[in-house]
Amino acid sequence: MPRLMRRLPLHFLLIAICLVWIMPTTGLLVSSFRPASAVATSGWWTAFQSPMDFTLENYEQVLSRRNMDISFLNSLMITIPATVLPIMLAAYAAFAFAWMRFPGRDVLFTLVVGLLIVPLQMTLVPLLKLFNALGISGTFLAIWLAHTGFGLPFAIYLLRNFFAQLPREMFEAASLDGASAFTLFYRLTLPTSMPAIASLAIFQFMWVWNDLLAALIFLGGRRAVAPMTVTISNLVSSQGEGWQLLTSAAFISMLLPLAIYFSMQRYFVNGILTGSIKG
Amino acid sequence: MARVVFDHVYKRFGDTEAVADLDIDIEDKEFLVFVGPSGCGKSTSLRMLAGLEEISEGRIIIGDRVVNNVPPKDRDIAMVFQSYALYPHMTVYDNIAFGLRLRKTPKQIIDERVKETSDSLGIGHLLDRRPRQLSGGQRQRVAVARAIVREPAVFLMDEPLSNLDAKLRVEARAFISKLHQRLGTTFIYVTHDQIEAMTMGTRIAVLNAGRLQQIDSPTNLYNYPANKFVAGFIGSPSMNFFDAMLKESGGRMTVDLGFTELEIPADRTDRYRDHVGSRVTFGLRPEDIHHPDFPPQGVIPQMVMADVDVIELMGNEKIVYLKNDDIVYLARMDPRSDVRVGLETGTLFNMANVHLFDEQTGETL
Repeated sequence: MPRLMRRLPLHFLLIAICLVWIMPTTGLLVSSFRPASAVATSGWWTAFQSPMDFTLENYEQVLSRRNMDISFLNSLMITIPATVLPIMLAAYAAFAFAWMRFPGRDVLFTLVVGLLIVPLQMTLVPLLKLFNALGISGTFLAIWLAHTGFGLPFAIYLLRNFFAQLPREMFEAASLDGASAFTLFYRLTLPTSMPAIASLAIFQFMWVWNDLLAALIFLGGRRAVAPMTVTISNLVSSQGEGWQLLTSAAFISMLLPLAIYFSMQRYFVNGILTGSIKG
Repeated sequence: MARVVFDHVYKRFGDTEAVADLDIDIEDKEFLVFVGPSGCGKSTSLRMLAGLEEISEGRIIIGDRVVNNVPPKDRDIAMVFQSYALYPHMTVYDNIAFGLRLRKTPKQIIDERVKETSDSLGIGHLLDRRPRQLSGGQRQRVAVARAIVREPAVFLMDEPLSNLDAKLRVEARAFISKLHQRLGTTFIYVTHDQIEAMTMGTRIAVLNAGRLQQIDSPTNLYNYPANKFVAGFIGSPSMNFFDAMLKESGGRMTVDLGFTELEIPADRTDRYRDHVGSRVTFGLRPEDIHHPDFPPQGVIPQMVMADVDVIELMGNEKIVYLKNDDIVYLARMDPRSDVRVGLETGTLFNMANVHLFDEQTGETL
């Protein structure tokens, strides 16, 4: 009992923090089911007073009339390669930085880490010029390359630190067993690094999925290539006061990241390495 | 099947010499143990042999091939690591089969060999488990299975028992000795535990500070240590050392320990004659100090009186801490010996097994 009593304030604090964090999302969710007139005149917390008035109209409008289906596919087209590509490249680089000896390794790694502090905005103009010169501006390729470049330094940094903590003796045992560097990478490093790769994938996916700035600049907002972020932000300007549509659109765009997060959650559980070393 | 030669091998890390002038010839089918305190270079030597560490100078030969520039996988060796280093995401079967698969062994042969090896090590029922589901002893056997399934010419072990508890360790010692007899392969084994070294090795190489101190059979190391370091390292509890003066007068050669003067047996006097008048280190093992009531046969006894400081009763023996003028030394006495803490007792020093070392160099005289 005394233990519970001592913990009570802590629990209250945690619950309070959770509520504060959940509140905006809850408001968004409730608003997305309210008719436009109600959203315009009263706060979302009044929605549960009678008469209750909920509708799916916002969702219907967004999904059917606002081009959202194409944008959703566009978002996938952008996000999946822009997540896979940098992680793949970063994994190779991180493995080399962690386990291969070559001259200039540490200097190179310091440089990569240094790139972490370069603000994205600084690169926009030169990149756009480059993409224009290459004639790929406004294509998916441009945005894939841009996101890959932006994501690589952090990805390399994170993965290298994770790889470097893998037990050296495991690699040595495998080398004696006849493993080449590629085998060490594919058969040992990648499978034992799933927690790090999964969390990195989620970070990168969310970042690209939610990105508006790079998409606007490198894709240019054409309907055929615009991702959901661009289309959603256009809802307000084209509809004037139609911001109740924003709520449902935001929810639709949130669904996929949530699904991915929950499906990959098991990779966050520690203990994949247990059993290799002593234990 | 291969002999292994360390030909004047050096390993330097910057300015420090981890291994200096290691020169050993290991016969085919031998069980050689590298033993020494931590940091003595024993693991580094093994890792150079495995190809995990570059050789700074000298040559290492396996079979009739100089392997200095041969990658680890082509040296025809296998190694068991202290941490076992199992592949955590693979089943026991896959752990054992990994090396064979990489060498493109046909599937059916892999299956046969994995089953045969795991059965012979008593882990045949664990093939579907993952390392984290195994106990320490089982993991250690998987590591051994992974190494022997490839049938290497040389088998390396780097402190493979140090993560096991005391009881398992005794079992594993016998298990590895049997394995060596069964496989008839050259074994090279690294440990800091002199008991492991004494019980398992056909020959033992004692290293200290990167240098080979002595290489010989366990019995010879124990009976004829080359220097004070080996004498103190081999044997437990370790040998007692006393600062002493070697004297000769009236045809009697004696060694003066300060609190007592002991006569050197006549058959040894010629050997020590050159050192008469100089300071020496006198060494005597605890098992060569007896209680007067229980003298074993064949000793050359000399009575020394001593105060009893501490008694440790081990059941089969008594470890008695004796004291003379603040010099503390140990005796390993019969458990029936009547000694009491704080009281004086008579002891018998067995002069047949004395060791004398040069006080400066520590070399055996």
